[in-house]
Amino acid sequence: MDAHIQIKNLNAYYDDIQALKDVNIELPRKQITVIMGPSGCGKTTLLKTFNRFLELTDKTSITGEVLIDGQNIYERDIDVTEVRKRVGLLAQRPFPLPMSIYENVAYGMHIHRMKNNRNEYRKAVRHYLEVAGLYDEVKTRLTNPATSLSIGQQQRLCLARGLAVEPEIILGDEPTSALDPVSSQHIEGRLLGLKEQYTIVIVTHTLRQAKRLADYVIYMYMGEVVESGPAKEVFNNPKQERTRAYLEGQF
Amino acid sequence: MDRQAIPVLTESQKMEGRKFRPSLTSRRKQDQTAGRVLFAVTLLPIALVTLITIGLAARFWPILKVYSFWDLVSGTVWKPQDGLFGFWPFISGTFWVTIVGAGLAIPPCILTALYLSEYARQSTRAIMKPLLDLLAAIPSVVYGVWGVIAIVPLVEKNIAPFFEKYLGFVPIFVSKNPTGYSILSGGIVLAVMIAPFIIAVTYEVLMTVSEGLRQASLAVGATQWQTIRSIILKQTMPGIIAAVVLGATRALGETMAVLMVVGNVPQVPRSIFDTAYPLPALIANNYGEMMSIPLYDAALLGAAFILLVIILIFNIASTLVLQRMLGKRWV
Repeated sequence: MDAHIQIKNLNAYYDDIQALKDVNIELPRKQITVIMGPSGCGKTTLLKTFNRFLELTDKTSITGEVLIDGQNIYERDIDVTEVRKRVGLLAQRPFPLPMSIYENVAYGMHIHRMKNNRNEYRKAVRHYLEVAGLYDEVKTRLTNPATSLSIGQQQRLCLARGLAVEPEIILGDEPTSALDPVSSQHIEGRLLGLKEQYTIVIVTHTLRQAKRLADYVIYMYMGEVVESGPAKEVFNNPKQERTRAYLEGQF
Repeated sequence: MDRQAIPVLTESQKMEGRKFRPSLTSRRKQDQTAGRVLFAVTLLPIALVTLITIGLAARFWPILKVYSFWDLVSGTVWKPQDGLFGFWPFISGTFWVTIVGAGLAIPPCILTALYLSEYARQSTRAIMKPLLDLLAAIPSVVYGVWGVIAIVPLVEKNIAPFFEKYLGFVPIFVSKNPTGYSILSGGIVLAVMIAPFIIAVTYEVLMTVSEGLRQASLAVGATQWQTIRSIILKQTMPGIIAAVVLGATRALGETMAVLMVVGNVPQVPRSIFDTAYPLPALIANNYGEMMSIPLYDAALLGAAFILLVIILIFNIASTLVLQRMLGKRWV
């Protein structure tokens, strides 16, 4: 397997509560990996270690390594903003920045000074809005505040904003949990389309969504990775009893 | 059901065959009375403010029959013995001191609030916040003494000469006043006095920004400072302005500390090194003395009325903005 993200001996703590216990896994490049498990099992915590978001919470600590293309993102001299530029995040519910639709998409590009002139920015904004499947709906009102969009549209805007800084990896923390079924479907469709170019990691608590999206599955329980492997194998023939129980709906 | 249809019964008859007592037991009556009394007591301060305003306006009235309101407010000469009651030196003095004070307080206060809400750890915050709030508990006369002992000499010996030397060509920095008793001294003392208040309210305003919004910015690789500059300040600007204005209303009315360091000469100030005579100082220094001069009483209470109205307007406006921003948190 061509691993994009490798996790070695990872432990994470909130104060003195251990949230992740000795996690050792590899996530495949340009596929959708779905992390599933009952709530409170450490899914989101694991996801937050990939873009160094865990350290935003007070009193958290980590031991072990998270390697992206072989480089440990927790090494001392690593620039955390560079990590977050390369590892984008689609949050549980959309948080449009307090600015226009256009500026939301351009925000990250401006911060990293990724383009040389206005025209290039304009082209890029259009491109990423198209990739997120939002452009046709907003092309006549790019200067309107982003908050004027519907929740589903806002989430696609957040996707465009994340893609605009050209990440390699996209994280999704239950990215459809706040959306209506049609908007959810929209986002899922986009994610399936994006996996040709990006490594995608999704946390979900709905088994059906996991089955629709996953190429690779990680099943967690009580802070431990119980089982991980290609989706077909895990869903059809789980090796662990606890995975089987979860898949059969015993949680 | 019709109330009158309930027959009058004795206590034992009322209970007959019923599981629950009828509603108007003495306990319930007590409860109702307590509610009404508490409500009345709560109304008292509101009634007081209204009555004070009306009372001041009534006592202001006699002088308004002699001079127009505009003449009083724009008049620059204050010589009660000669019947000259110009409020402008006091009104402008009030605003000079307040603006200098607020101006000095704003940058460090906002930076402090930003540090507390964005950078400080929970444990740092737990220590720093109460310490800052403590500053608000120091009596204003103590600040006044501090101003006289520390700030006035500093302005006289260091700050004023420095400005005179390097920035003397700027009109508001010209120093003709040989003492340190000046608008700047008053402003510095005020700045320190209103700082804890502005910090506390600004901090509350900053805390209304959801964690998700901060993370949305950090997630595309923005630094914390970039997030503050382009997201947090943008989102909270109306609230921060309101916090500063609310702090400024405290400065407008502050009497003791300012009176002790500002010089109290009734002239229209031209420079931050000039003396000034703010409205509260005028009232505190003079009310009760020389009251035999005709219209003196009306003039001083008129000054109080004007001060009260200015403060009420600023206060209500900023409170409305803050209430909208902070919602339920603002209690």
